[in-house]
Amino acid sequence: MPQSAAAKLFDIRLLIGGLFTLYGLMLTIAGFFTSDSAREKASGININLWLGLGMLALGLLFLLWRRVNPLRIEPKPVEQPAAERNRRDLP
Amino acid sequence: MLRLDASTLDYGILAIYFAVVLGIGLVARLTIKSDIDFFLSGRSLPAWITGLAFIAANLGALEILGMAANGAQYGVATVHFYWIGAVPAMVFLGLVMMPFYYGAKVRSVPEYLRLRFGEFAHAWNSASFAVATVLISGVNLFALALVLHLMLGWSLTVAIFVAAAIVLAYITLGGLTSAIYNEVLQFFIIVASLLPLMLVALHDMGGVEGLKEKVRHSKLGELGLHAWQGLAPGHVTNPIGGDWIAMVMGLGFVLSFGYWTTNFAEVQRALSAKNMSAAQRTPLIGAYPKIFIPALTIIPGLIALAVIPKLGTPKGASYNDAIPILMGRFLPNGALGVALAGLLAAFMAGMAANVSSFNTVFTYDIWQTYIRRGRRDRYYLNVGRAVTVAGILIGIGTAFIASGYSNIMNYIQLLFSFFNAPLFATFILAMFWKRTTPWAGFFGLVAGTLGAGVMHFAGYHIAYFYKDQVFDPSHSMINAQMLNFYGAITAFVADLVVTVAVTMVTRPKPVAELAGLVWGVHDPNAPDPDSVPKPAWWASPKLLATVSIGIVIVLSIIFA
Repeated sequence: MPQSAAAKLFDIRLLIGGLFTLYGLMLTIAGFFTSDSAREKASGININLWLGLGMLALGLLFLLWRRVNPLRIEPKPVEQPAAERNRRDLP
Repeated sequence: MLRLDASTLDYGILAIYFAVVLGIGLVARLTIKSDIDFFLSGRSLPAWITGLAFIAANLGALEILGMAANGAQYGVATVHFYWIGAVPAMVFLGLVMMPFYYGAKVRSVPEYLRLRFGEFAHAWNSASFAVATVLISGVNLFALALVLHLMLGWSLTVAIFVAAAIVLAYITLGGLTSAIYNEVLQFFIIVASLLPLMLVALHDMGGVEGLKEKVRHSKLGELGLHAWQGLAPGHVTNPIGGDWIAMVMGLGFVLSFGYWTTNFAEVQRALSAKNMSAAQRTPLIGAYPKIFIPALTIIPGLIALAVIPKLGTPKGASYNDAIPILMGRFLPNGALGVALAGLLAAFMAGMAANVSSFNTVFTYDIWQTYIRRGRRDRYYLNVGRAVTVAGILIGIGTAFIASGYSNIMNYIQLLFSFFNAPLFATFILAMFWKRTTPWAGFFGLVAGTLGAGVMHFAGYHIAYFYKDQVFDPSHSMINAQMLNFYGAITAFVADLVVTVAVTMVTRPKPVAELAGLVWGVHDPNAPDPDSVPKPAWWASPKLLATVSIGIVIVLSIIFA
């Protein structure tokens, strides 16, 4: 795989956006089937629904950000590190 | 004993998380040739990613379990660990020290010491770093085992061995290559697991006022709600149990600056930023979440104190269990799965970071530099593999040491007072006093660690370090936390005095060899400052630093 494609795949925004969208959907759906005992456990709050909607919103925001402002790969700058002269070679 | 009743939904959420994390590692291995390339062509990450990774590298087992334990044991004064124990040091790292680290183009903290002081200081630092890391990795292993113990009901011993096996699998499958990505992901998952827990539990307490009322009636009392009251030396009434000298000098100055400005794992995150300005902004951006994380750890700690009977007594649960117990009590299936994913992710990443830095320092800084030079790459790769397994095996041993502490934070502070406190004195002199000699760098570090050791053992015979300043021959009423802070101060002073004294009688390095490493010695190869793009006014390091310190001052007044 060329480097730019790999870098696009590893855009952290895709990763966070994707995982949070998936979790958000799972929890939101679970939130519609919340049992009374589960609601009571969480102090009367339907926490799965709220957490699901929150994660879904954050996930979609990251995906949107990635779409609006895609990753640009800048060319690697050629530089001679100042410390190079007395540094041993590491593999 | 408590069991978390995880359901299929929870295990599904956990499985997806591990599939994603291991998937990143595997794909990364197949597509990208070197670690450097993986970090998007070397030093090329934007400041917001390195900033979140910076804070996530710290948001591991110690932070979540340990700070909630502190919240339950010491009350609101635990905020000192964040507001004076972290933010000022992060600002100092960003504004003052980062130019030397980033400018010298070193890849690690020990490497800076080697360039500045040569082999002896470097060898000492590498060896003590390796020891400290193995001891700390035991804490992560123990914390992971604790969660398995609570979740599945296994005995702690079995859980420690299983946790070690999981970590080994995670590292072998490529979890290390993708460390920074996992850390950023983990930051969001941890917030998604702690925030609902805090809100639901707080609602159950009847809101902030209800919780305050409950804390007033707990063993912490009214002072458990105040950060700065009852800290007078010799007459400490605040549950935190340390006077303000120990707080400000020991925790706020020596321990915190030692940890945040010289810790390999932390500084490393900033070194992968794309330019000097982004490197400087890394700890400054990290400071903002750090200011507010106590809401996610201390509040659950206080709630745990209110709802878990006999917490922190020999008959009840240990303070370290506070967060897992609350999760089991308040989170229904689904949210529980996210919470468990967050906890497990934090431990894996923490342990993996420990093992990888131990591995790197042992293989390259110790084995290759001082024991077996000049072998082939493959030889060192195999040494690295053997060291990974050995590191995990030793970690199992140190996990049992950690399990002996009812509050793991005290154990961590003890380790930091030995290993991190002296480092800060050495680095300050190294960076700002060009006369500081190589021998002074070495003897200063040795003196600092010895100083902490002497203080630690002497402290057990001094009444000042006992509860209510009353000597207890059985040592059971020792105020371990305050002793650790004074140990750190001793280490710092011993390092400072010995470094200055040795500098006076030994020969400094020629100034030409210090270019870019010391304040006031210009590096002729450094790029012209005017050619580097300046960040927008709102992203200027000085503005970010001022605003974060301002928020800390306002919050400190509110919670005084």
